[in-house]
Amino acid sequence: MSLIEFRQTAFRIGSKSILENFTLAIEPGETVVLLGRSGSGKTTALRLINGMHLPTGGQVLVEGRATTDWDLVRLRRSIGYVIQESGLFPHFTVERNVGLGPRLEGWPDARIAERVGAVLDSVSLPRDDFRARLPKQLSGGQRQRVGVARALAADPKILLFDEPFGALDPVTRLELQREFLRLRAEAGRTSVFVTHDVREAMKLGTRIALLQAGQLVFIGTPAEFQACRIPEARAFLEVFEDGE
Amino acid sequence: MLSDVLQDLLDEGLPLLGEHLVLVLSAILIASAIAIPLGVAVAANPRWRRIAIGIANIGQTIPSLALFGFLIPIPFIGGIGQHTAIIALVVYALLPILRNTVTGILGVDPAVRDSAVAMGMTDGQILRMVELPLAAPVIISGLRIATVTTIGTATIAAAIGAGGLGVFIFRGIASVDKVQILAGAVPSALLALAADGALSWIEKRWVAA
Repeated sequence: MSLIEFRQTAFRIGSKSILENFTLAIEPGETVVLLGRSGSGKTTALRLINGMHLPTGGQVLVEGRATTDWDLVRLRRSIGYVIQESGLFPHFTVERNVGLGPRLEGWPDARIAERVGAVLDSVSLPRDDFRARLPKQLSGGQRQRVGVARALAADPKILLFDEPFGALDPVTRLELQREFLRLRAEAGRTSVFVTHDVREAMKLGTRIALLQAGQLVFIGTPAEFQACRIPEARAFLEVFEDGE
Repeated sequence: MLSDVLQDLLDEGLPLLGEHLVLVLSAILIASAIAIPLGVAVAANPRWRRIAIGIANIGQTIPSLALFGFLIPIPFIGGIGQHTAIIALVVYALLPILRNTVTGILGVDPAVRDSAVAMGMTDGQILRMVELPLAAPVIISGLRIATVTTIGTATIAAAIGAGGLGVFIFRGIASVDKVQILAGAVPSALLALAADGALSWIEKRWVAA
């Protein structure tokens, strides 16, 4: 059984179609990158997974159950979510931000403290240095690391990344991409990653799903993507080849 | 001689100051209990937001003495005395608290609210743990404006027999007695400055935290 499955999924706002006839199955342990231009529907597809949007046609299944049948609070707590600019709570310390998911799940305090320390260490933020800081006392890269730690804290099976490194400088971005690959190798979680950066997609994805105007136009490995002749894929590959 | 006058003012002034504080604190507590939940409830809905602020705006537009006058003949809520004055002061205090609550809630970064939803927080948890703490400095600012205004407006409440420091002012005007006027005006001005300072301090502490 696929962990996440889009079945002819559609999402419309009024008469405007954002996503149409979208079918994709994501298996455990994969990192599927949703690649596309701005407005191609990739963020919408991501938000359909954790029930931030519900499909207006077709279905989205998580662990075999349609998102419309899930208790949405339960569904969202079982999925880690990292967004651009991290979305950290500015009035919470790093410790409270990272420990929030476990706290909502009713973990005991000692277990939360241990888990917060472990995930901070895992994203290269030494726990004793960062625990008590507020988000405003962190750099952009550190905030994103805390965002990743927060998503990992409740030990979710699925992680969603919505252009998480988009606002970072190129050096920090590269560091965090490497960090992502290391964490993936260690934990082997299932990730869905939204980006419009083809280099990032080639580097991080085990498969790349290319969206164009709300339609899935390609799905395959980075090697298959590189050989793909679809005009939209070629347009992205030109950017990739230009940068090499 | 002068000390006797001051002693008399003090003997009468302390109970009047007490009455003034009762008027102000009752009005602010009641107005907060109405305006903060109302502001939270209407913030997300532009239509209800417009209606609520519009109604509160009308209340504040009516001149204070006229509002006291309007309320006196109304059965149950009107009449001469403290409760009528408190109702009028509540009407005045509603707008700044309501407007600032709405502004504070709407001012919460959408990305922060979005990530709260995505983390599986319930609506109540989002309000309690995210929106209200982040909106608090703006709400406290509204409370500060309402409190300072109410301390001033409450002096007029003496005109309808509600007591307070306005008693000295009205009596002083009627008898052309500067000492009596100042005995009402100075403490009420100091009270307003003290309330402004204390609530500003709380507001700044909250922002810094």
